Amino acid sequence: MMPSRLIMTVACLLGLSAAAFAQKQGGTLHVTHRDNPPSASIWEEATISTDMPFMSVFNNLVVFDPASPADRLDRVVGELATSWAWSDNDTTLTFNLRHGVTWHDGKPFTSADVKCTWDTVTGVTPGKLRKNPRKTWWFNIKDVVTDGDDKVVFHLKDPQPSIMAMFAGGFSPVYPCHVPANEMRTHPIGTGPFMFDSFKQNESIRLVRNPHYWKPGQPYLDAIEFTIIPSRSTMMLATATGKFDLTFSGDLTPDLTKELQTQAPQMQCVMQPTGTQENLLVNREKPPFDNALIRKAMGLAIDRRAFTEILSRGVYQIGGVNMPPPEGLWGWSKEFMETVPGYSADVEKSRDEARAIMKSLGYGPDNPLKVTVSTRNIPDYRDPAVIFIDHLKTIYIQGELDPLDTSVWYARLARKDFTVAINLQGTGIDDPDVQLFENYMCGSERNYTSYCNADLEKLFHQQSQMKDIDARRKLVWEIDKKLQEDGARPMIYHAKAGTCWWPRVHGLETATNSIYNHWRFDTVWLDQ
Amino acid sequence: MLQYFLRRLMLMAVSLFGVSIAIFLLLRIAPGNIADILFDSAGMVDPAEKQEMIKQLGLDLPLWAQYVHWVSGIFHGDFGYSYVSEKPVLEEVLPRIPITARLAGLALLFAVCTGVPFGVISAVRQNSWIDYLLRVFSLVALSMPAFWLGLLILMAFVNWLGILPIYDQSPPTWAAALLMYLVPAMTVGSRSSALIMRLTRSSMLETLRQDYVRTARSKGLSELAVTFVHALRNAVLPVITTIGIETAFLFGGLVVTETVFNIPGVARFLVEAIRWRDYPMVQNLVMFIAVIVVTVNLIVDMAYGFVDPRIRLRS
Repeated sequence: MMPSRLIMTVACLLGLSAAAFAQKQGGTLHVTHRDNPPSASIWEEATISTDMPFMSVFNNLVVFDPASPADRLDRVVGELATSWAWSDNDTTLTFNLRHGVTWHDGKPFTSADVKCTWDTVTGVTPGKLRKNPRKTWWFNIKDVVTDGDDKVVFHLKDPQPSIMAMFAGGFSPVYPCHVPANEMRTHPIGTGPFMFDSFKQNESIRLVRNPHYWKPGQPYLDAIEFTIIPSRSTMMLATATGKFDLTFSGDLTPDLTKELQTQAPQMQCVMQPTGTQENLLVNREKPPFDNALIRKAMGLAIDRRAFTEILSRGVYQIGGVNMPPPEGLWGWSKEFMETVPGYSADVEKSRDEARAIMKSLGYGPDNPLKVTVSTRNIPDYRDPAVIFIDHLKTIYIQGELDPLDTSVWYARLARKDFTVAINLQGTGIDDPDVQLFENYMCGSERNYTSYCNADLEKLFHQQSQMKDIDARRKLVWEIDKKLQEDGARPMIYHAKAGTCWWPRVHGLETATNSIYNHWRFDTVWLDQ
Repeated sequence: MLQYFLRRLMLMAVSLFGVSIAIFLLLRIAPGNIADILFDSAGMVDPAEKQEMIKQLGLDLPLWAQYVHWVSGIFHGDFGYSYVSEKPVLEEVLPRIPITARLAGLALLFAVCTGVPFGVISAVRQNSWIDYLLRVFSLVALSMPAFWLGLLILMAFVNWLGILPIYDQSPPTWAAALLMYLVPAMTVGSRSSALIMRLTRSSMLETLRQDYVRTARSKGLSELAVTFVHALRNAVLPVITTIGIETAFLFGGLVVTETVFNIPGVARFLVEAIRWRDYPMVQNLVMFIAVIVVTVNLIVDMAYGFVDPRIRLRS
């Protein structure tokens, strides 16, 4: 018995070491990029166009375990933090930091950099960033205190276990205190596995191996090169011929993914939720939409299955505020969803109800309610808006499309200068805190419909403080149901998209519930 | 001739001043500015942060002050900074000029080298099978949109040769480099070639019926001498004008070709800069293209004098 156990152990060790030695060092990973990123500063942007190419320049305090198939709160591992601990009352979070880490310019990484980063994004040190799109994520941070060079303490206003998910996201890197913000936009300095080499506008982004990376032996690649290819057809042809190793994260529609796999059957592809949701915005301050009944009727008119069938052959998912299962951790179960008004499989029944409401308000086939449906003039917005207008016709609402230039879209939303609009919103992390506080809290910048329910907001805080995941999920489902019933921002569908790579690319770990958090590239190697 | 040249130079300056006013105002008339778009890309608008950015970029200054700042900068060699990349405009634009120049030059060379001889052949062999064939080809080339033709060519390369001739920063061989520019140049040059061919043909047909051509023939000159020395030289004037127009177009109007073949040239960069309302970048790029256009026009006008002595004498 003993010898066989010994043999097995030796075999396992040999196997492990063989696997460890299997990674090949060197090579340049060629990746397509869909457009020109607005800047290289992850904290100042909210787009995957910046996040994917520049995430590997940085490290976070903690990250979602790259080996875990899903980004989950209970699968967070240390990066620049080696360990962390909560105080007894769950309002103090202490991170112990890694020793001997240096920035790409050779300066040492210390707790002052962590404090500096979060003082900037919470607004304690104002004016450093040109834009600060995720300020609301950190609303609960009271202050950040350093304890020597290797320890940093976050004091929270209230307990918030899920703040760890925000620390772990790709959008939360630690920035160097000594590098000015404008330099971070053009020539970022980090502690990550790759160093910034060049960013040629509308052409390419090149990163090179950090020889002093704190993970011994990593990264394996010599360089990563992102080539900006705005033409989808050219990108497809170039990828299919093997000119590129990997497509841009979530860049392929379901149809394009299928086509690429037909052209290059050897390619491996994953279809992931993009974290974006198509939704309906109704300005509740503009008559007659100040009447909750009309808003309810509009919500009931939506045939969500028609949207997903037309736009993605059924690949897009239907759900509430949170990403639907199986990928999403907080979305409604199918059974629960059936209980939510407007989500029943019997669309005609919902529309009968909507028609009855409209008739009771004096509208009908001969007297339709005329409305302008505003949207951003790009396909991801415009196409669903056209379908929505078609759905409105079934309940005596005559919609007219108002496609807006990208440059005026968000300004119009911020000014509440719309009546009805079709919007797309995205979140980098599958966690209710991000969704609820950012989009539904009274007075939040991104609460475009000005929905405000003080009682529900108490529940936002309650769920945020819960440690028991199952209990939290149940409460989140109820909150989400209430938001849909109130027509706060009726959800239409959750989008999905594909990412493909050639079999020569190894060590790439993608998550099932996010496209934003797994682009460190330190475990990626090329077999060529 | 010198007086004419100087007059043209003065006209050039006036034209460029007009262009500078037009592009400056048109950009400001377009909805939104860089602050709108940058905040849009971040998915939010914080009015205070936006106002701060507008102030930082000098967009809160009166229009006349912004214009004077820009134009006086040009005279001092300061073209400003790109709002997006935050780098000097020249640093961003200069590397793209040789790329576009190579592409435009090759396209023009292809267009002239095919368009003029085919036009002459078509005219000399009027109503023959070769005339019909060339006319059909020219019609096809004129009717095909550049993006479609470009994609077809790319697909053909992928299917038959297994390679994709799109832009590569460091092509492995000179042959690869040539191929990289030649394929898009032929794609975009095919339209210009067809245009030049049709113009050469019609101009040649008109010239070949002139009395002096008949005289040349009756003198016993060879057909080659009659066609190329006597007829073509007189028929080529409108063709030179077209070549001038096409040169100007090829410098600023290659957006589609540059996009399909993923070439980081001036035109694609300009469109992207317009999308971002990157005023310094757009203004200076448009001025650069305008300088090219007026210079080419000047060269064309000067070339008339050399090709046609009557113009020289008149001036």
